[in-house]
Amino acid sequence: MPEPASLHLLVNDVPITVSRGTTVASAILIAGIPTRQSVSGEARGPLCGMGICFECRATIDGVRHQRSCQVLCAEEMEVRTS
Amino acid sequence: MTGSWDVVIVGAGIVGAACAFECVSRGMRTAVVEANGIGGGATAAGMGHIVVMDDSSAQLALTHYSQTLWQQVSAVLPANVEYEQCGTLWVATDDEEMQEVHRKREVYAAAGVATEILDGRMLADTEPQLRRPLAGALLVPSDAVLYPPCAAGYLMAEARRHGAQFYRRKVRSAHSGKVRLDDGTQLHSKRIVIASGADACELVAGLPIKKRKGHLVITDRYPGFVRHQLVELGYLKSAHSSTADSVAFNVQPRKTGQLLIGSSRQYGAEDAAANQHTVAAMTARAQWYLPKIGELSAIRVWTGFRAATPDKLPLIGHWPEDDSLFLATGHEGLGITTSLGTARILVDTLEGAEPSIPGAPYLPGRFAGSVVRA
Repeated sequence: MPEPASLHLLVNDVPITVSRGTTVASAILIAGIPTRQSVSGEARGPLCGMGICFECRATIDGVRHQRSCQVLCAEEMEVRTS
Repeated sequence: MTGSWDVVIVGAGIVGAACAFECVSRGMRTAVVEANGIGGGATAAGMGHIVVMDDSSAQLALTHYSQTLWQQVSAVLPANVEYEQCGTLWVATDDEEMQEVHRKREVYAAAGVATEILDGRMLADTEPQLRRPLAGALLVPSDAVLYPPCAAGYLMAEARRHGAQFYRRKVRSAHSGKVRLDDGTQLHSKRIVIASGADACELVAGLPIKKRKGHLVITDRYPGFVRHQLVELGYLKSAHSSTADSVAFNVQPRKTGQLLIGSSRQYGAEDAAANQHTVAAMTARAQWYLPKIGELSAIRVWTGFRAATPDKLPLIGHWPEDDSLFLATGHEGLGITTSLGTARILVDTLEGAEPSIPGAPYLPGRFAGSVVRA
């Protein structure tokens, strides 16, 4: 049986639907919020998209400081930004 | 270009900076020379644990005295020094180490240092990330942490604000009342203080100091993972050993939410590169005590060199080989803690005054006769 083409996850408690194969960084962009706040309080978002810049860090299923551009969305995933 | 000073201090790590601060506060015309910037070297490499230690009665006296001085100054320290009185938990794994907890408590009590004994259950409540079961711990609430480069920066800034002159130059030689810099400048003083950690050996022949390499790991920000500085009681066994390479569990929560993970001690390793075997042993030890620490992201590893003396006590005071030379080095892993006490004792000595605690155990002359001549 083919896997469903869509996935449902929560980004800061907001339900988001994405296509299978979407990165968590993209889901956060779809939610329209920054991935994190810098130490001085500035909003940050994905810069490199390839796991180098660490600007896309988010808490994924309770694990802090995950590089969201390197993680694919999964059904019922819970994502939290700082 | 020449200049004449009441005192010339070589080195602007935490000890040199504290000495400069103390000298200007007593009205001395003070020059400080440092090639590598303020608060570098072992100061920048260390954890910044303001800790009372009882390896010997002289060590207990100096660390306790110094901690009291840090408490006095803590209210005026700038925010970037990140001073926080988080306390230390000396963690006991079994009944044998619990006996050590009781012994330590009695020694601290006799010195006027308040402590609390935690049993295994209280320890688990206080630090839920620690493995279970553990026997208990000794809590030393007066212990603190700070960020050493900024602490040195503050002390030097205050010293300069009150007239100290800073030379960012390399010292070519320092003896016989003259400090010669690499640009030809000569600074004259009857009192030259060598406060350059293990590098002091480059300027003063025959110092009883060996480099003892250490590694540290720092993590990303995980506020609240642990709340106290956590040190294994086995640390005493490994830190006391004068020969063997060793690692011990020593984890510090920073105000930023980051964790510093230590510690390692190696003699004879002059290479500053991080050793993967040592780092692996250190982090494995940390993971034994804190099973979930392996899930955190480490962002950096670095090394530093402690200035270790044979008897684990610093060298504070006159160096018998030269009338003008005074030492403030050899603090091994306790330089951040003991910097303020060192400065008081040293400058008391310079002024011919009696220090607040007996200075004899730290006098460099205790090694007279055993000086190795090149």
